[in-house]
Amino acid sequence: MAEGGDGEGEEEEERSCALGFGTGGDDGAGCSGSPAPAARMRSGSCGGKEQPPPFSEQVLENVLESVLEFLTCRRDRNAASLVCRSWYRAEAQTRREVFIGNCYAVSPGRTVARFRSARAMVLKGRPRFDDFNLVPPGWGARFSPWATAMTAAYPWFERVCLKRITVSDADLALLARSFPSFRDLTLICCDGFGTTGLAAVAELCRNLRVLDLIESDVEEEDEDEDEQVVDWISRFPETITCLESLSFECVNCPVNFAALEALVARSPSLRRLRVNEHVSVSQLRRLMERAPQLTHLGIGSFDSGSADAGAGDLDVTDMESSFAASKSLVCLSGFRVLDPTYLPAIFPACANLVSLNLSYAVFTAEQLKPVIVQCHNLQTFWVLDTIGDDGLRSVATNCKKLSELRVFPMDASEDSEGFVSDSGLVAISEGCPNLRSILYFCQRMTNAAVVTMSKNCPDLAVFRLCIMGRRRPDRLTSQPMDEGFGAIVMNCKKLTRLAISGLLTDRVFEYIANHGRSVRTLSVAFSGDSDLSLKHLFQGCPNLKKLEIRDSPFGDAGLLFGVCHFYNMRFLWMSSCMPSLRGCKEVARRLPHLVVEVIGDSPQDLHGDAVDKLYLYRSLAGPREDAPPFVKIL
Amino acid sequence: MASYVEDTELRLGLPGSDAPAARGSKRSLPDQDDEAGDESCCRNGGSASAAKAQVVGWPPIRTYRKNSFQAMKTETTTVEPEASGLYVKVSMDGAPYLRKIDLKVYKGYMELKEALDSMFKCFSQGELSRKEGCNGSEYVISYEDKDGDLMLVGDVPWDMFTSSCKRLRIMKESEARGLEFRQ
Repeated sequence: MAEGGDGEGEEEEERSCALGFGTGGDDGAGCSGSPAPAARMRSGSCGGKEQPPPFSEQVLENVLESVLEFLTCRRDRNAASLVCRSWYRAEAQTRREVFIGNCYAVSPGRTVARFRSARAMVLKGRPRFDDFNLVPPGWGARFSPWATAMTAAYPWFERVCLKRITVSDADLALLARSFPSFRDLTLICCDGFGTTGLAAVAELCRNLRVLDLIESDVEEEDEDEDEQVVDWISRFPETITCLESLSFECVNCPVNFAALEALVARSPSLRRLRVNEHVSVSQLRRLMERAPQLTHLGIGSFDSGSADAGAGDLDVTDMESSFAASKSLVCLSGFRVLDPTYLPAIFPACANLVSLNLSYAVFTAEQLKPVIVQCHNLQTFWVLDTIGDDGLRSVATNCKKLSELRVFPMDASEDSEGFVSDSGLVAISEGCPNLRSILYFCQRMTNAAVVTMSKNCPDLAVFRLCIMGRRRPDRLTSQPMDEGFGAIVMNCKKLTRLAISGLLTDRVFEYIANHGRSVRTLSVAFSGDSDLSLKHLFQGCPNLKKLEIRDSPFGDAGLLFGVCHFYNMRFLWMSSCMPSLRGCKEVARRLPHLVVEVIGDSPQDLHGDAVDKLYLYRSLAGPREDAPPFVKIL
Repeated sequence: MASYVEDTELRLGLPGSDAPAARGSKRSLPDQDDEAGDESCCRNGGSASAAKAQVVGWPPIRTYRKNSFQAMKTETTTVEPEASGLYVKVSMDGAPYLRKIDLKVYKGYMELKEALDSMFKCFSQGELSRKEGCNGSEYVISYEDKDGDLMLVGDVPWDMFTSSCKRLRIMKESEARGLEFRQ
């Protein structure tokens, strides 16, 4: 996967395997309805109030545990845990990887009490719209209480993956000190930590295999104490390391290159290396020489302009020989600073590439063609829209195995020119029948093109179309885009994730409700006419788990339709819609295990009856105690 | 909101435009999109859109990606990237939380200062912007540039400021006096 398992999108359940986690876990609530029974510990430590089970039952549970060890999928485990108390205990005892989809859905204490043998955790915090600055900074999702609970309960913890969580340097140091077996740390869209924390991890985690920092906001200095940037790369132990993956693209400050090169040289297991833009192309070359076994490479600067004293001008053919020597490369990403004339350097690697992320580099279709023509095995491709429909046609012609495509806009504004359109989408659908996931930003789209894609790509599981101009209709017919999205939900039976845009009426929601049986995640913006839309959704989509809505004319009536469904969902986000405080309070009153948060940009915003941002989620933990003054919990 | 407060309320936006009164909520960026219920409006990049302010978080591109474009070099590219969005953190001494703003939205220092004023006015007693002959101004707006130096906002041309500013700090004048600002 181009960006270490998850870049811009939500990870699908299957993808968490790519992170090396294998699935296992739930958001702690088990299933809808009654709260899970209190776990009873078998090893005799503190916990349940009941007597330990009789001997015969214990024997059965031992057997059961041995069997359940083989169960890795977390949904299977959740199901197994509901069979009876015995199975519940056995499952809890054997769950190694815990997945918490919403860090506020369950308390850390309860989690560690139930899953006594956990070795790995995936924890997600802020709602996804935080990525677009819709969640005010300081809202919450801090790792500290989890770190405290985990370090106390799990001496042999190995792996942590956090997404949209605030992690402090102190948290990282605590992890590093407390877990001698710690192996994998993955931080996606996190913040709150800096090079001090990284140094602690590097220094103290002697068994570190994975250190992946993905799209995180790494502080360059401590807010309070004007600390200097710490040379964390130098802190890795001097001995041979077990490092398999090191990703620090998002660390904005330069790293000590000599130390990095030495580290790579003494890390024979290193397979994935993603550097930041401060690593010049000639430095990259040296790293590639040190690690010819790399499979995933994230390139920093890829131009001749990168200042590298004494290196002189690096020839494209020199770089090409480096790529020829790295025979195991299957994934290339980065290209933060790109001189398109250097692109041919990657030719030797193209035929083996499974994943290519060029989405931070600006270039044209003409510059792309020589590369893409060789990428026959490409399955994942992320690119900027500057390649235009023409470039997409090249992709369609050459990448028959394409499974995931993301086309990002170079100019993310409503009035930008937009380089790709409906014809690019049609071309892709015609050339890539195995397409499973698409994210497509454009300015012009037609229903016909979307319908065509729905028919040509029946395996689509993720369809995210962003027509950047708000409420823009079909460019040919001027009709709403309802029919296009309707065709998607009708023809793509495996669809689990959908993002809609353009001019849309209540009709599209009727289609989604009637045909989107597998849809779990739905993103809605500037869509719909009335609360009928929400009525359709809540009464129709049995698997709807995550619903995020912005700027749509839905109010209290629509919200109340959801009362029958909210316990089945992980969360609902509604911003700039029309619910009122009264309506939200009514929902909160009817559903005691639902946390209903009204969020404002400042505390003053919470005084009126209007609700600008609403975030509600099921929770066993009750209202959180760390809510800032601009959040009101009803 | 009482009308007299509305009259004096500082906000960004073109003269004559109304803030969305129905919701009564504040946003850190102006939203001139008053057509929540008007789905028949068709926008094709005509003249109206040039005057339209950006809506927060739309199109949905991660801040991380937007800020990455800002830092991109463009000499060798044939297509000029117009990086949209440059989010910087704004902290204020004594405020319990910080904010992020998009510098690209503002045309100049006056707009920026007005925006900061309205965003943080619940904390300060006085105006943030420095005025001639006013010794009651309590706060001074400073920023950190790419090299980590603390500078006073307003000294360099606006474009130079937006390309070098990494974060904003609103500090009390008394503290600011004690610090050395790079000239």
